[in-house]
Amino acid sequence: MIVAAIRTEGLYKVFGRRANEALNRLRDGAAREDVVRLGVTPAVIDATFEVRPGEIFVVMGLSGSGKSTLIRMLNGLLPATAGHVYVGGDDVAALDAAALRALRRDQMSMVFQHFALLPHRTVLENAAYPLKVRGVEKGERAERARAALEMVGLDGWEDRLPSQLSGGMRQRVGLARALAAETDIMLMDEAFSALDPLIRREMQDQLLELQQRLGKTIVFITHDLNEAMRLGDRIAMMRAGRIVQIDTAEGILRAPANDYVAQFVQDVDRARVLTAATVMEPAAGGSPEAGQPTVAPGTLLADVFGPALGSALPVAVVDDGRMVGVIHRESLLAAMTADGAANGVRAGEGEVSRG
Amino acid sequence: MAEWRIPLGDWVDEFVAWLLDTFQPVFDVLRDFLRWSFDELADLLVLPPSWAMVALLGALAWLARGWRLGVGGAASLALIVLIDQWENAMQTLALVIITVLVAVILAIPIGILAARSRLVSNIVRPVLDFMQTMPPLVYLIPGVVLIGVGPQAGMVATVVFAMPPGIRLTELGIRQVDAEVVEAGHAFGSTPRSILRDIQLPLALQTIMAGVNQVIMLSLSMVVLAGFVGAPGLGQQVISSISQLDVGLGVEAGLSVVILAIYLDRVTAALGSRSAVARLEKVA
Repeated sequence: MIVAAIRTEGLYKVFGRRANEALNRLRDGAAREDVVRLGVTPAVIDATFEVRPGEIFVVMGLSGSGKSTLIRMLNGLLPATAGHVYVGGDDVAALDAAALRALRRDQMSMVFQHFALLPHRTVLENAAYPLKVRGVEKGERAERARAALEMVGLDGWEDRLPSQLSGGMRQRVGLARALAAETDIMLMDEAFSALDPLIRREMQDQLLELQQRLGKTIVFITHDLNEAMRLGDRIAMMRAGRIVQIDTAEGILRAPANDYVAQFVQDVDRARVLTAATVMEPAAGGSPEAGQPTVAPGTLLADVFGPALGSALPVAVVDDGRMVGVIHRESLLAAMTADGAANGVRAGEGEVSRG
Repeated sequence: MAEWRIPLGDWVDEFVAWLLDTFQPVFDVLRDFLRWSFDELADLLVLPPSWAMVALLGALAWLARGWRLGVGGAASLALIVLIDQWENAMQTLALVIITVLVAVILAIPIGILAARSRLVSNIVRPVLDFMQTMPPLVYLIPGVVLIGVGPQAGMVATVVFAMPPGIRLTELGIRQVDAEVVEAGHAFGSTPRSILRDIQLPLALQTIMAGVNQVIMLSLSMVVLAGFVGAPGLGQQVISSISQLDVGLGVEAGLSVVILAIYLDRVTAALGSRSAVARLEKVA
């Protein structure tokens, strides 16, 4: 069994003076709307999940869904109203101030939506900040900060001030700062949300590429579903304080837990989430016929359309030289709709989205 | 209606008498310290020839901002020398320097506490309102009663009168620091003390310096009034010009106060704009 990097158990955060009363009612099954009348704001309700070591765990929800509150409870920036957060062996809620600081210093770093760089410090000093906090000696600090800046492609900018950088570059400094801390866990709170789409895409690519090399455990908060699907090994969907589904991107697309999630995933670019393996009809081995186009099981559907067009034969899905399935043009088209992706489990009356 | 009134004044009298009885040694020490520091500093400021001092203060302004402020400052100060108010002006300057130092040393820690605690902030605010709206001359009375006529009474009243903007702007400056940056400090495991030192104070410095600037201005206006209770310097010149209806002397002393005020304002403002944040704004 894999030991979770972060595990939460029945985590609650209720803001307001009558938080405890609200908590008891919520635990007794009251709806969020009912306790709001007490004058409290239940931001996170009964969140239980595990983050596995080395995965990107995305928490996805609209504003007000409680995701930013949730991430701040993971490193104790906000104390939980009830429940537990386990990081390694520690229960974050039970730590005193000094132990909590040690946990933040040594085990988890954070990247912020609006970068949160020190405006009066240079890029290098910013990247070196976690090391300074940790008491690392100056020369080594600079060296390690330089290495982190190089990782995010900012070498040569060390002596600039954050105000001299573009938004994307500033967030690279934010990322370098978190990397320089050399913690196993990185918390990223809407890290790319303040960037324009093109830069955001670039940063996502960079994060994925870094993640391949470094294998950190990342909790990534976003309100952008496409970003969630692109980055997340697994995605937790949040709505009004509750986690309504935790699954892989494909799992959520194929079997949304409820109508809210279903509605939400309607606009997702399915071709860039679903893979050949999920839409193929299994084949009993054998090898592809001559001229039959082939793809690997992990191929995104967006990259299957081309081969499918090139031949009248169905596309063969080949794993290790063995044909594991075939994809007909019809199933490729059907996969582009919400109903088709659910493999006909759900009755086909929903509208067909453009593929 | 006049038969019965709340004897507030009597109570205050009794309270002051009690204070005097109980804390006499404290007031003695305070009096001696203020008296001594004033004498020493005033002597020091008039020790060099006036022209040398003018040149020195001009050079200071030059360093703080640039040659224009340096030359302008020196020329204005030279006018004080030429109307023969230099010695008085230096005594006033000594009063200002000491009261500002005391006021700032008290105000900044109080401002920091108020920024960190709602409770302290809620207690401090009405007290500051009181301190700022009470007619300043009223402070002179307990000053005289508690530590006697002379510069020291005026200095105590001046500190009380000049401190509020220092506290207010320190609190405001720290509260204005971007909450996310402070949160970042916490998220990387900094202690509250190092967050204060490395993040909050440097980023609040410009606002705090605006507060210090206000403290200086208020202090200067108050040390003139302190002439009423025997504080020497330009204030005394103003008072005697009033009692003798000497318009000429009044204008000379008043003009010296104005020159001193503008000089101090420009130089401290220039120093404030050399803070970290202000430098950034220039770069950006």
